[in-house]
Amino acid sequence: MAEYLDELADRTDAADPAQGDVEIQNYTINFGPQHPAAHGVLRLVMELDGEIIERIDPHVGLLHRGTEKLIEYKTYTQALPYMDRLDYCSPLCMEHSFVLAVEKLLDLEVPLRAQYLRVFFAELTRICNHMLNLGSHVMDVGAMTPNLWMFEIREDCLGFFERMSGARMHHNYLRPGGVHQDVPLKLLTDIADWLDTRLPQLFGDAISLVAENRIFKQRNVDIAVVSREDAIRWGFSGPMIRAAGIPWDLRKSQPYDAYDRVQFDVPVGTKGDCYDRFMVRVEEVWQSARIMKQCLADMPEGPIASLDRKVVPPKRGEMKRSMEALIHHFKLYTEGFHVPAGEVYVATESPKGEFGIYLVSDGSNKPYRCKIRPTAFSHLQAMDFMSRGHMLADTTAILGAMDIVFGECDR
Amino acid sequence: MRAPAPRYAVNDGVIDAATAALGASLLDAQDKVGEVTLTVTRDGLIDAMLALKDTPGLEYQQLMEIAGVDYPARPERFDVCYHLLSLTRNNRLRVRVTTDEDTPVPSVTAIWPVAGWLEREVYDMYGVLFDGNADLRRILTDYGFRGHPQRKDFPLTGFVELRYSEEAKRVVYEPVQLAQDFRSFDFMSPWEGAQYVLPGDEKAPAPPPQPQAKGAPSPITAADAAKAPTPPSEDVEPEGDEPKTTESPAQTGAGKADPGNRPADKPVDPDVPSPDAGEGKKQ
Repeated sequence: MAEYLDELADRTDAADPAQGDVEIQNYTINFGPQHPAAHGVLRLVMELDGEIIERIDPHVGLLHRGTEKLIEYKTYTQALPYMDRLDYCSPLCMEHSFVLAVEKLLDLEVPLRAQYLRVFFAELTRICNHMLNLGSHVMDVGAMTPNLWMFEIREDCLGFFERMSGARMHHNYLRPGGVHQDVPLKLLTDIADWLDTRLPQLFGDAISLVAENRIFKQRNVDIAVVSREDAIRWGFSGPMIRAAGIPWDLRKSQPYDAYDRVQFDVPVGTKGDCYDRFMVRVEEVWQSARIMKQCLADMPEGPIASLDRKVVPPKRGEMKRSMEALIHHFKLYTEGFHVPAGEVYVATESPKGEFGIYLVSDGSNKPYRCKIRPTAFSHLQAMDFMSRGHMLADTTAILGAMDIVFGECDR
Repeated sequence: MRAPAPRYAVNDGVIDAATAALGASLLDAQDKVGEVTLTVTRDGLIDAMLALKDTPGLEYQQLMEIAGVDYPARPERFDVCYHLLSLTRNNRLRVRVTTDEDTPVPSVTAIWPVAGWLEREVYDMYGVLFDGNADLRRILTDYGFRGHPQRKDFPLTGFVELRYSEEAKRVVYEPVQLAQDFRSFDFMSPWEGAQYVLPGDEKAPAPPPQPQAKGAPSPITAADAAKAPTPPSEDVEPEGDEPKTTESPAQTGAGKADPGNRPADKPVDPDVPSPDAGEGKKQ
């Protein structure tokens, strides 16, 4: 030590105080690809100055499965299950964009009951998705209990989905022309009871633990503030653009299915920080419950899919008795239906933002091109400027408030 | 529109306003299926985008998506489609430019920074170059990937597969070997669009040769099947060593000083570097 001090004494100079300073360099660390707070397989190459983030280079694509390429080799009906596997936290909302795009090209009318059923279960999916995101966001910044309570709600939702379609996660329930099958009345009454009793209780309790919590606010308020201009330039959508103060909700401004028949409010943030994003999602859960109750009250009786037999296959019982129905069944499940040549871009409000399908048809039974517009691409790209100047520990809060799922980001 | 697709503001007047704002750079404007598509020249793309963003009455503030499409039969085979959204007018618009493998498209990252990753994806998937994008790396495919997988001439199975090699203690890349042939079912009705000869139709006068259908390749035709080499007859003895049996202890190598399980006795795999290769051993 004495030698070191002597050395320093020689090197330090009153005229030039910088001389003898220890030179420190920025260093680069890898966050992920296997990190519990990365919400999947995200690799962040971070350049740090001490604990301050100087630059972030997100590396995505570790979950790339070539979905778009595979869809080009499948008929429209066979391509639908790939949608469930994109954002596996909100599968129905992924299907929703795809079936709407196909219907737009076909110019196919959908019965009102099917439209209500789609809206109803899309909103249940939104609740289910937000439970996962809010819970994991809370857990990323240090709290455990709310996550466990919200997972109970999620478990209830998955149970309802199982009764709806037979599958807990990959439903394949929406079809071009309507939905696959009608739901039993008991399921609807059970969900109505659940909306009145269990959801407000569990969710209200869970949020009451964190919404006013001092530690939670310290970790989220004024973290990664995004201005309105930045939100527009970086292509934000969904809760991210609403938290920045822009009341933009595709369900409201570009209503599809039965969304123009229900009343709901669009929550908007005031500061555009992580706390606003969190609270926007909390309010969206209450609004989703409100939409679902209206759907239950207004849903008419009637067919659950279009009766156009050139697109929608007949019911199974009918197929067993009618020759005509058998032929339609066989043709639709082998060759599939042909979609008129053309191109559409259809975007819906998925829980994470604008989820779009750009569908190019050449008139055959397979899509010529199906480009999927993921919500995560534009949000994750903004990670660099959002976290610049923040501390390393804020990364998890910023990432948690973005709500990113890599099945959808990497496709 | 009868379908319940998203209903945004009507497109009336968009084409007229765009024609006035874009001038000579506008090649074509269409309003089909309720969506407006403008085709612009490559060189005029930046000016066109700025005009679409800033002209009152157009005001497309957000760039939501850039999609590539491949039409291999065309001289300029790639379409690059920009999907714009107007938050104030609640309207969507598609802007299309065409290009080929070598000609770069001007980058719009200066107008919308979100275009950075979107252009990277189009480059990765199609090989379209973007002039002015400072960070045109691959984004979705593997590190060191070769080829552009969304091109129509890229096979669905790809060219390489990878596995974890226990010998090399790392992931090794190998050419794709399919346990069975890639199955592509063509369910198209024989009366509309089928590209193969039905059994019994061989004697009918051959139809004029048709171009390969879009999408999946059609199965082998009868003419190709006739030209294919005949398989070897069955009386040829299969070559190879005696089959290895372990019926007695002498055959198992038990009790020998060198039972044949040393690293040096293992068969050489050309894809796996030998343990004493030195450089690059631990990657």
